Amino acid sequence: MSEENTELQALKSGYKEKYGFYVPENYVFKARKGLDEQIVREISWMKSEPEWMLEFRLKALKHFQQRPMPNWGADLSGIDFDNIYYFVRATDKEVADWDMVPDEIKETFDKLGIPEAERKFLAGAGAQYESEVVYHKVREDLARQGVIFLSMDDGLREHPDLVKQYFGTVIPFNDNKFAALNSAVWSGGSFIYVPKGVKVEMPLQAYFRINTQNMGQFERTLIIVDEDAFVHYVEGCTAPIYSSDSLHSAVVEIIVKAGGRCRYTTIQNWSNNVYNLVTKRAVAYRNATMEWVDGNLGSKVTMKYPAVYLMEPGAHGEVLSIAFAGKGQVQDAGGKVVHGAPNTTSKITSKSISKDGGQASYRGLLKVYEGASGSKSNVVCDALLLDEHSRSDTYPYIEIDEKDVTIGHEASVSKVGEDQLFYLMSRGLTEEQANAMVVNGFIEPLVKELPMEYAMELNRLIQLQMEGSIG
Amino acid sequence: MSVALEIRNLHVNVEDQPILRGVNLTIKQGEIHALMGPNGSGKSTLAYTLMGHPAYEVTNGQIFFDGHELLEMEADERSQLGLFLAFQYPVSIPGVTLANFLRQAINARRKAVNPEDKGMPIPEFRNLLKEKMDTLQMDHSFAGRYLNEGFSGGEKKRAEILQMATLEPKIAVLDETDSGLDIDALRIVSDGVNKLYGPELGVLVITHYQRILNYIKPQYVHILLNGQIVESGGPELALTLEERGYDWLREKNGS
Repeated sequence: MSEENTELQALKSGYKEKYGFYVPENYVFKARKGLDEQIVREISWMKSEPEWMLEFRLKALKHFQQRPMPNWGADLSGIDFDNIYYFVRATDKEVADWDMVPDEIKETFDKLGIPEAERKFLAGAGAQYESEVVYHKVREDLARQGVIFLSMDDGLREHPDLVKQYFGTVIPFNDNKFAALNSAVWSGGSFIYVPKGVKVEMPLQAYFRINTQNMGQFERTLIIVDEDAFVHYVEGCTAPIYSSDSLHSAVVEIIVKAGGRCRYTTIQNWSNNVYNLVTKRAVAYRNATMEWVDGNLGSKVTMKYPAVYLMEPGAHGEVLSIAFAGKGQVQDAGGKVVHGAPNTTSKITSKSISKDGGQASYRGLLKVYEGASGSKSNVVCDALLLDEHSRSDTYPYIEIDEKDVTIGHEASVSKVGEDQLFYLMSRGLTEEQANAMVVNGFIEPLVKELPMEYAMELNRLIQLQMEGSIG
Repeated sequence: MSVALEIRNLHVNVEDQPILRGVNLTIKQGEIHALMGPNGSGKSTLAYTLMGHPAYEVTNGQIFFDGHELLEMEADERSQLGLFLAFQYPVSIPGVTLANFLRQAINARRKAVNPEDKGMPIPEFRNLLKEKMDTLQMDHSFAGRYLNEGFSGGEKKRAEILQMATLEPKIAVLDETDSGLDIDALRIVSDGVNKLYGPELGVLVITHYQRILNYIKPQYVHILLNGQIVESGGPELALTLEERGYDWLREKNGS
């Protein structure tokens, strides 16, 4: 495919040119570095929030300050909380017309192909730049059917009761240290409501961009899928390459009501100086389905375990995750499923690839409560090591308190073998092409779950990683 | 002028043990040679060494292909010159379909010739693959399966022959292609090789048994014993071997 080839050649220029550029800051407001009560009050004041939200933030801040750093998972000692900008407002208004977005910001998103993607295959798009959403739009026919797709800030302003009813109910502010941090300083993210029976056939997409050095981005997303409704939400993210670290710590809460279905796809492509510490959790009610498709390619350190709580009979949860750890990267990813009702089903599939000294871990929890009889779950995690210096670890925690269940668990670690490479090379593929072919085959079961545009995007990013570009 | 594969005084070690001890053999386009020998005589070592497997250490000798010194080259470069090895044990590549694999192999070869090449257009590739599969009487659905994943012994060997048909080598080495095949599978695979054989293709059939030579008729037969070719002759040599076994050759060569 000639198109494919040109794209691959373009990729050879690497992350730096394609995603790692930055533009000058021309910002409306940039809070000083560091975090304290004054900063939190300032954020809330600038957003003209209701009192309850300020209180929520302050409680969360207190918890964050008291809570020790997690003593498991990746090494987070490099994070300097005092050296981070917690709130940066790039523009004074959020618009629904790309032409109204300030030039430098619009150019950034043009370069990333967001407006083009929106025109081609999205039902709605949002774009967050630094702390806030600068562009947001949903197709009019969907809006007429009552679909709400707003920035979280606008959601709070325009639908305060709905937000108050659900915000922080799936992930309480004291869930973990980084959920507490997000709860204190959250800004941006998406608010989605899909009314009963409405099926949004094309994806809604949000794109998150960090531009400033030492930035902290803390978007907050809340998705409510009402009975028998469907939505596919997709998020992507990139950042410039800086020598000092940035922090991205999001919270995503999802409620899928009876018979509803939500699919949430992430293609995480942060530059290799970003700590990516995200809490994602969904609750699924009677016969509802929640699916996480989680691709982690970028970042310095990622810790992320998308969770599904199966609350009522017939609920189904899936987590499909791909992690690629290249040079200097730690991908500590996985999934968590809690069976809290009878006849619930789940599937966790994890694929990790490590290369050039990268470390990829699968960390997962499967919990079945007593009384969740007739439940079924299958956990499969496969790791592929591309060389001797890379690492793969598996931490599959399984807690079963019910006898009447069917649980399957398989794990495998494989190396790209000399014999595989030799076989492929004996047909004329170069060593690099042969390696890429084995990797593409390895992730193929997950890639084929993605809509074509995202499958191509993921393949491109894998290709980029395989070229060994240091993001 | 026809292309030749020339093996001169080839010595090969595997894990520091000498396996080949001075092999001399020349195969030209348009010729079929059979190389026979008992287990452990070095047959597969020769096959892997010709293709350039990194675990096989050449301690002495030379291999020329169309005048190029092969030993300097990686496996992909040898393949691009027109050498092909049908593996005794083809490895599986999960998640990669046979069709996708072949398309990328063809494109890699085109690109090696011309770095600007954009690859074979997909419709053209599809037609090519269909034509080759029809020649070999293979079901088209075969192309959509993951490469060698869950293939039966016969399917693996047929997939090797399909690759050979598609990549159109000048010299093909078939490493114990008959092993693990029942009589029907053997006939199908042999028919495939015979259809591909012609003035543009030279074949080296490596085998333990005479059986495959009932289907693929060599003009030359060589016997490998203890890392050396101890006897060469016409097709009648295979029959002699069938009657008398290897022992008379062992005695004759004092080993």
